[in-house]
Amino acid sequence: MNLTELHRKLIAAARATPPNDQVPYAFEKRIMACLEGVKPLDPMGLWSRALGFSAIFCVAVMVVMAVGVRWLPTPVPDSLSQDVEQTLFAAVDNNVDQ
Amino acid sequence: MEPPIEPGDAEVITAVLKGNPAGFEILVRKYSPRVFATARRYARRESEVEDIVQEVWLKSFQKLGTFRGDAPFEHWLMRLAVRTCYDFLRAHQRNRETTFTELSDPEDDWLERVAANPAEAPDNADAARQLIERILEQLSPAARMVITLLEIEERSVREIAELTGWSVPLVKVRAFRARAEMKKQLAKLAKNKYL
Repeated sequence: MNLTELHRKLIAAARATPPNDQVPYAFEKRIMACLEGVKPLDPMGLWSRALGFSAIFCVAVMVVMAVGVRWLPTPVPDSLSQDVEQTLFAAVDNNVDQ
Repeated sequence: MEPPIEPGDAEVITAVLKGNPAGFEILVRKYSPRVFATARRYARRESEVEDIVQEVWLKSFQKLGTFRGDAPFEHWLMRLAVRTCYDFLRAHQRNRETTFTELSDPEDDWLERVAANPAEAPDNADAARQLIERILEQLSPAARMVITLLEIEERSVREIAELTGWSVPLVKVRAFRARAEMKKQLAKLAKNKYL
């Protein structure tokens, strides 16, 4: 069988009969009933809502960090500099003592 | 110069977006025949066709705010319809396992006439329409979509890219694969008939 010819004839058959465009009775009423309570999405509204959520999240992170800084125990601020100083001047201090 | 959208559609869309959903019924009444014709290309059962069309209208209502008006509303709606049909095909692709052993007598006769003398077999026979429907049902969703748009509806590659949201090279690749898939199905049909 010539497959190319079969393909051509089948496609021609499909082209010869466009699909029916009949709409069932009162179909628009059915759609309108489905749409009750549904609202069109507003892209700007979605965008502003997303911005609002991100601002709230940023404020929440800031509050958590502020509480952490205020209440959590922090290391003595000068301990590192004092340690360095003691190590550097250890030899001099020993000589002075002697 | 033709205006980008019909004034009637623009007014209706503005009214719907301002909170008057009743105006949407005008659009449903005006464009449903085209949406039904598109859905009937991909679904055979009438209940499935109605479900597809209902989904198209629900999506179009929800996304109406994204319609910018730089192209006719009908084009925007048809893009939505084609993509919804593609989603339908993908969701139902497991149901396409049928064989060519169950051909009806008119389908058998038509195939024999094509095999004997292709010029004598009529193009508009019901048997040929049923056969092409069977073959399309065997194809993958992308292949069926491309064969329908490119070969049956005779649309250009660029039009298909706009309708489906695929890139032009992707449409070309899928068209090549779809033709190969179709050829394989035709060979299967011929083999089934003459073995």
